[in-house]
Amino acid sequence: MSIFVDKNTRLLVQGITGNEGKFHTKQCIDYGTNVVAGVTPGKGGQTMDGVPVFNSVMDAVQQTRANCSMIFVPPPFAADAILEAIDAGIELIVAITEGIPVMDMMKVKNLLKNSNSRLIGPNCPGIISPGQAKIGIMPGNIHLPGGHVGVVSRSGTLTYEVVHQLTKKNLGQTTCIGIGGDPVNGTNFIDCLRAFEADPATKAIVMVGEIGGNSEEAAAAFIADHVSKPVVGFIAGLTAPPGRRMGHAGAIISGNSGTAQGKIAVMKEAGIHVCENLGELGEVCADNF
Amino acid sequence: MKIHEYQAKELFRKYKIPVPEGGVAHSKDEAFEIAERLASLPLVVKAQIHAGGRGKGGGVKLARSLDEVKTIAHEIIGMNLVTHQTGPGGQKVKKVLVEQGLNIDKELYLSIVPDRETATIVIMASEAGGMDIEAVAEETPEKIIRVHVDPLAGIQPFHCRRTAFGLNLSSAVMKEFNKMVMGLYRFFVDYDCSLVEINPLVITKEETIIALDAKVNFDSNALFRHKDILAYRDLDEEDPLEVEASKFNLNYINMDGNVGNMVNGAGLAMATMDIIKQAGAEPANFLDVGGGANAEMVENGFRIILSDNKVKGILINIFGGILRCDILAQGVVQAAKKIGVTVPIVIRMEGTNVEEGRRILADSGLNLITAVDLKDAAEKVASIVN
Repeated sequence: MSIFVDKNTRLLVQGITGNEGKFHTKQCIDYGTNVVAGVTPGKGGQTMDGVPVFNSVMDAVQQTRANCSMIFVPPPFAADAILEAIDAGIELIVAITEGIPVMDMMKVKNLLKNSNSRLIGPNCPGIISPGQAKIGIMPGNIHLPGGHVGVVSRSGTLTYEVVHQLTKKNLGQTTCIGIGGDPVNGTNFIDCLRAFEADPATKAIVMVGEIGGNSEEAAAAFIADHVSKPVVGFIAGLTAPPGRRMGHAGAIISGNSGTAQGKIAVMKEAGIHVCENLGELGEVCADNF
Repeated sequence: MKIHEYQAKELFRKYKIPVPEGGVAHSKDEAFEIAERLASLPLVVKAQIHAGGRGKGGGVKLARSLDEVKTIAHEIIGMNLVTHQTGPGGQKVKKVLVEQGLNIDKELYLSIVPDRETATIVIMASEAGGMDIEAVAEETPEKIIRVHVDPLAGIQPFHCRRTAFGLNLSSAVMKEFNKMVMGLYRFFVDYDCSLVEINPLVITKEETIIALDAKVNFDSNALFRHKDILAYRDLDEEDPLEVEASKFNLNYINMDGNVGNMVNGAGLAMATMDIIKQAGAEPANFLDVGGGANAEMVENGFRIILSDNKVKGILINIFGGILRCDILAQGVVQAAKKIGVTVPIVIRMEGTNVEEGRRILADSGLNLITAVDLKDAAEKVASIVN
């Protein structure tokens, strides 16, 4: 079992003919993901690595029954691409694009509320259910299928680091999700925690947060009340100076809010096993799971 | 992106948001000319730097005569202004804003910010104007009014009324206030702002409303559609190394320690800084070379890190994954030779062909120390600098 994506996922790639889209589509196909369509306006009728390309998401859905979209469209046009996927009734939209204006994402987020779509990201590595489907830019080979750990994270390469440590400890994963480093995103920690709690195959959860905002605090409160499975947490940014944006648009300490220290304290209080040294995360998980 | 107060006020004027009469001066003589033109006393001379807390630092002064404007401008221009936001090094003042003084009856606080959790735009207001709003939020949160606006529907008159009644405004100024909030919201949305703050917003004895201060930040991700704002960028206000790094599309932030570090990905870069500290050393920087990382990026990264002469050792942490480690290792060796790196480098990398990558590093003849994992890497670099 897994959450959000599995063997039945029929993937469509928006921006399939660009460099990034092309490269990562191939990687997803090689991993075993069922890639059924690509969309690049004006390039309908072509094929890319055997995948048919369409002019619009609606065309692609009608002809291929795609139910999931991965977006590589550049920032100025990314919100439009997400809205097009929502309009075509795509169930799961994974936006990889980094650098979408906050104003665009606020509008997208409010439109999502009245739709049947789930958005993961933007500015994220995507989602993988090891052995079943990889929808994103993460390296597939570091993941271990057949395990019991669910991973949710705001980061990209930091998630790979965490997954790699789990795999080295022989702790396989059900699903690993990068929810993205932007201040406004589609799916938050709580959405993923709720799904992991409901997934019978997931027996333990790793939650990787970072400075900025209060989504880790909200997640901690949710865990205390609604999550029965053990959770190991990690927060990046203990040494981050206040008022500076640390690479991710959402990673900024504003005044006294959003600090790593504050998040860690709240998470510990909620019963989360917080690992403060990234080098020891695999061991902490092995001890607690 | 941040801009100066005088630039923010230029933009305010376009949206008919009332601001004091004034002008910006780069010298005492220019300040005097502006003062003559304004022909009203008293006047206020305000240092133009991006950091807040200018008043407390001695960067804002009242002048009661034209000559005094000259004297004060002479004092402030060229001074090293230290505020709680500049850090102990302070910021050199290059220009001042000379403005008419106001007959202040009441000082309010007004700002507009995006709320990331609810994806709404929030109007924040308080009767406790002229004070540090974070202190107000901490000590007397009930004194802050928050009105959430759905970005799809946009601002409605009732949003303004709720703010105005919350501020206990008299009916004489309410109409003007509501108009101003509408304008300010339009400005916020039109320009993809990440903060618009007026502190204080002044009600004068003549019952008019004027933005005495103006602070505006923009969403850097949206600057592609605001070319006019790019012209407002003031490189004097930014760390020179950070400006240099931004030319190479590198995310770099200068810090106080002596362990330079280069990492792919922002989250991992933060965690790497943390683990350097936990190993008993201090990071000299934050540097995210991007999720991919190639030889050219590594070369540029070295160049930036080594421009900081505090650096006594470098930690490279690349989680390649899809990226092949042998290619990355060749890139590191080439870049280190080309730049002539003199400090020890500890490298931790992970990805395809990692063994081959380590062999290339070991055979390079350079002072490259390989680490098996992150913890090992942090301990090795800490022992070098300590």
